[in-house]
Amino acid sequence: MKKHANKFLFLTVLSLIYAFSTVNVTTPPIEDNTGYKVGDIATDFSLKNIDDKMVSLADYDEAKGFIVIFTCNHCPYSIAYEDRIIALDKKYADKGYPVIAINPNDPAVQKQDSFDLMKVRAKEKGFTFPYLFDEGQKIHPQYGATRTPHVFLLQKETEGLRVKYIGAIDDSSRNPSAVKTKYVENAVDALLANKTIEQNQTKAIGCSIKTVK
Amino acid sequence: MKYYGLLFIFLTLFSCKEVPEKEKQVELKKLNFEQFKTYLNKNEDKTFVINFWATWCAPCVKELPYFEEITKTYSKKDVEVILVSLDFPNKVESNLIPFIKKNNLQSEVLLLDAPNENEWIPKVDSTWSGAIPATVIYNKNKRLFYEQSFTKEELFTELNQFIKH
Repeated sequence: MKKHANKFLFLTVLSLIYAFSTVNVTTPPIEDNTGYKVGDIATDFSLKNIDDKMVSLADYDEAKGFIVIFTCNHCPYSIAYEDRIIALDKKYADKGYPVIAINPNDPAVQKQDSFDLMKVRAKEKGFTFPYLFDEGQKIHPQYGATRTPHVFLLQKETEGLRVKYIGAIDDSSRNPSAVKTKYVENAVDALLANKTIEQNQTKAIGCSIKTVK
Repeated sequence: MKYYGLLFIFLTLFSCKEVPEKEKQVELKKLNFEQFKTYLNKNEDKTFVINFWATWCAPCVKELPYFEEITKTYSKKDVEVILVSLDFPNKVESNLIPFIKKNNLQSEVLLLDAPNENEWIPKVDSTWSGAIPATVIYNKNKRLFYEQSFTKEELFTELNQFIKH
């Protein structure tokens, strides 16, 4: 019996860790009011990467655009997408559309999303792309990101970085084996082929971005 | 003394055997969206409270006892609570089922294992961003959707609008 009690205690502790570590606070639906819409020109930024160097989109002379993904360490949706984000970078960085990942969360609210733990997670997973920290949480509101993960596909144009797609990576967040439509891949493929993106906006499914209210 | 010893062995055997069997009694329906859809449009003489939650979502877990309280307060003939879990399919055995057991959940729990969120989320409610907790309360005459967390008082106040007095 004692063994059972221990097992139960273990499960309780485990579920408590889960419950408190992955807060998904509801935020009001602000997507429509603020931030970028498809067709807008997006701002560049200078944010600290996990190698302690500052990264700006202007540093990438040869890029045709960017797959900017707001994501983080703790969110189960972000974790479920990590391998798919790495695959996107591997497929498209050489074609001119590298992934730029940005953690928008305030570690004061979600301590698992601290800069130090970003370094740990990136190393564990072998991130092939920059993983930047939105210090002070200033960039994600300009983009209008509300979720992790939340994708903004940008294309370099003479006027600046034009937003071409906003939303989810694909149509099955929780189950990678059930993916039918790869929204981001379809969008980048369309840009590379100089075609119109058929679906340029989807709902980003994930955790709400954690900031001090 | 010999018999007491045997009896002891029997009791020990039985008590060990019964515990795991009792633990196994969690029935969890796994549904895709087509299968789940019927729960959103039942034409019955009662009120349905459909709560979308997950074990990893802290505000969901916090408000879950209030939904359980509805189940305990009202007869199933009048109000039926359905807890729709959006736990990851690969965490069902490790997280969801232990959670249901530990908290001894009385309301019906379903696992909604539905890919293609961009298609089914608007079918639950056109305004839903997909964030949880989210709740639908409906009966034959009225339907409301809530993308928010509830306090116990708020939840019962909302439910009261649906119940004949």
